[in-house]
Amino acid sequence: MRPSEIFDLIKAEFPEVRAEEGTDAVVCPKEDLLKLCRWLKNGSLGFDDLHCVTAIDRKERIDLVHIFYSTSQKHILTLKIYLDAKDPSVESLAPIWRSADWFERETYDLFGITFLHHPDPRRILNPYDWKDYPLRKDYANPNFIPKPRL
Amino acid sequence: MEDSLSAQSMKKDIYTEEFLINMGPQHPSTHGVLSLECRLDGEIVMDCTPHLGYLHRSMEKIAENRTYTQFIPFTDRLDYVASINNNLGYCMTVEKLLKMEVPERAQYIRVIMAELNRIASHLIGIGAFAQDLGAFATPLFYGFRDREKILEIFDEICGNRLTYNYIRIGGVQSDFPEGLDKKINEFIKYMKLKIDDYDQLLTNNAILLARSKNIGCLSKEVAINYSITGPNLRASGIRRDIRKDAPYLVYDRFEFDVPLGANGDAWDRYKVRVEEIRQSLRIVEQAIHALPPGNPTSKANRIHKPQAGEVYVRTENPRGELGFYIVSDGSATPYRLKIRGPSFSNLAVLPELVKGLKIADIICILGSLDIVLGEIDR
Amino acid sequence: MFTFLNLIFMVMAGVMVLGFIAVSAMFLIWWERKVSAHIQNRYGPMRVGWHGALQSVADVIKLLLKEDIRPTKADAWVWWLAPFFAVVPSVMAFVVIPFSKELIPRDLNIGVLYIMAITSVCVIGIFMAGWGSNNKYSLLGGMRAAAQIISYELPLILSMITVVMVANSLSMQKIVEAQSRCWFIFHPNLALAGLIYIIAATAEVNRTPFDIPEAESELVAGFHTEYSGMKFAMFFLGEYTNVFIVSAIATTLFLGGWKGPLLPPIAWFLIKTYGIITFLMWVRWTFPRLRVDQLMGFAWKFLTPVSFLNLAIVGLLLLK
Repeated sequence: MRPSEIFDLIKAEFPEVRAEEGTDAVVCPKEDLLKLCRWLKNGSLGFDDLHCVTAIDRKERIDLVHIFYSTSQKHILTLKIYLDAKDPSVESLAPIWRSADWFERETYDLFGITFLHHPDPRRILNPYDWKDYPLRKDYANPNFIPKPRL
Repeated sequence: MEDSLSAQSMKKDIYTEEFLINMGPQHPSTHGVLSLECRLDGEIVMDCTPHLGYLHRSMEKIAENRTYTQFIPFTDRLDYVASINNNLGYCMTVEKLLKMEVPERAQYIRVIMAELNRIASHLIGIGAFAQDLGAFATPLFYGFRDREKILEIFDEICGNRLTYNYIRIGGVQSDFPEGLDKKINEFIKYMKLKIDDYDQLLTNNAILLARSKNIGCLSKEVAINYSITGPNLRASGIRRDIRKDAPYLVYDRFEFDVPLGANGDAWDRYKVRVEEIRQSLRIVEQAIHALPPGNPTSKANRIHKPQAGEVYVRTENPRGELGFYIVSDGSATPYRLKIRGPSFSNLAVLPELVKGLKIADIICILGSLDIVLGEIDR
Repeated sequence: MFTFLNLIFMVMAGVMVLGFIAVSAMFLIWWERKVSAHIQNRYGPMRVGWHGALQSVADVIKLLLKEDIRPTKADAWVWWLAPFFAVVPSVMAFVVIPFSKELIPRDLNIGVLYIMAITSVCVIGIFMAGWGSNNKYSLLGGMRAAAQIISYELPLILSMITVVMVANSLSMQKIVEAQSRCWFIFHPNLALAGLIYIIAATAEVNRTPFDIPEAESELVAGFHTEYSGMKFAMFFLGEYTNVFIVSAIATTLFLGGWKGPLLPPIAWFLIKTYGIITFLMWVRWTFPRLRVDQLMGFAWKFLTPVSFLNLAIVGLLLLK
């Protein structure tokens, strides 16, 4: 199924959803996420695989990107959620897809997005006591080697 | 109350205590630097928590400070046993972003190189799996012996043996040298014989069967739910291979099968890899016969400035589906580059699989999942 | 009668045995490395001496000069004594090994019984090492070793008893004499016992496919993880001496001992023994390892009943 056809199907069910300009992505309001995802998985589209979760730091906002894949129908969907950069928090998808567990931990680790009701909200790639979120655009490299005092 | 207390203490006269062991980061069979924190009751695993990140180099951040061409060598260091496949995935993503055409000869060469590297990677995979089961080093060395032949071919083509940096945006680094097709044909003939040797030595070995049959069974639903891909998913009996489902390059011109497993246990995962080597040999054989003439090298500039936009491209890595998600803002460097490494989700399922099994089974299952930490930690 | 001459004989025998053990272990280590290397498409040691023949000597010198590190939390006495408990029994077993008609430290009339008793002590050393190291991996290795060695003792001893029944003697030399006409391995009543013996013996000396106490891919090195220098060398010595002992017993009980045409008896004995050892090496470098529960199941559910049955059948046949 082509992305536009998938979008039409989603639009019929969830009118608040809109297509992002310039890409094939579908943008969904934060509040509808869980409901939409349950429908995506159990509905006719059959997105049984949460393939990838990531984020893009757009400075004023953070785009949370979910990529879904349907094993039976072999189509792919990019779902975006615009989050406020100051306090990015969103419902976790871990109850629906188990793969979301580690993907969301990684996204939290690198972008600082808080996933509500996540079963294991720890960092994953960086050390557990790491400060700050490395893939944010305003991330300042920690000064590992202090400058010699003259 | 006192009675129940004394009864409790009576019961507790002989009792076992759970204990914690740290497998790794320095451990012979964690395939790199992975730490598994295991809670054990005697030999039985109660719980297992992986700790990652010992190889974390923040590739994705590095990418934001490199031009598109400069990042190709970094992709070599993701899944370092299958560098060509990583190069391929990245370059295809950038090409899609640039809407660039690739010469036909370059596409054939890419297929040949990717499949040869898949064979090399699977050889290590099955060798290391047998090593994890305690067949001390012999199958591993056999794997290395046959991989060496592939490395010699790669060495002749691009001068490198591990990190190739061979596939470039819009083509490949260089054409095949004179007489190489003969060498590859010889290798195919050799490998077809050797793969039967592996079958004889390992596949139906009673001990290997006892160790890996019905160990770590991954049902279809769980596998998909955890986003497992590649041979591990196919071992569970799901026919999903991007080379067939959404053929990229020229894969649609070749005949090959997608080997499937039945139960999704450790043995099936091993067996699927052995069969995939056979299929890859078939693809290489067909590709080398149909290799069209022309110049496969890239004519593109070194600095690429794609239009602002986003692409996500998946390719079939030896370990599963490798995805690159690139966001461009029109400048010479990616605005955001996300690497979706297959091993990352393949490892995530481990705690689920090992619960209630023996220590030896952790190693067996970890070996059968065939992970590469370079790609997990990135 | 204990005389001065007797004492000299004992000391000489002791020195010869110890010398033989050291040389044999060093040879076996080199030989194992060479065999494994050639199985695996490698050369193995090549630098020290002809085809690396002196590699073991160099290794011994290195081990002698190495620092002896004791983990702070180790149980000092247990940890310190363990290597000796592992080595001494296997050295003592040499008392009744017949290298030839004359070359045997002492032909005890209870030779087989003596060997059964003395080789069982080794497990204490291994378990002490696992316990005393105060390391979880070592503990697991020690526990596994204790369970495994005790389980496989039974089929081992039962198969040896079958031989004793047929040979009608516990003395090693008498058993060799009994095989003048036909090696026991070709004896219809004893072929199965021979097979059981070699399987159980492989497990007794912790070699693949029964090497779960060491299990490199899981337990790193098992019970001797924490040992270094000469103490580690002691375990190694004990291991290779044990391999020699079980093979020498197999030779004596099933392959006609030192008997053979043309060549001197001692040559025949060594050829047969090292032949068996090479066979064990071949097995070791080919097969994967069993899991601990499968190993125990194999011992208790299969090997022990079969050897009991074998014993009963041989007994009935002898009664006839």
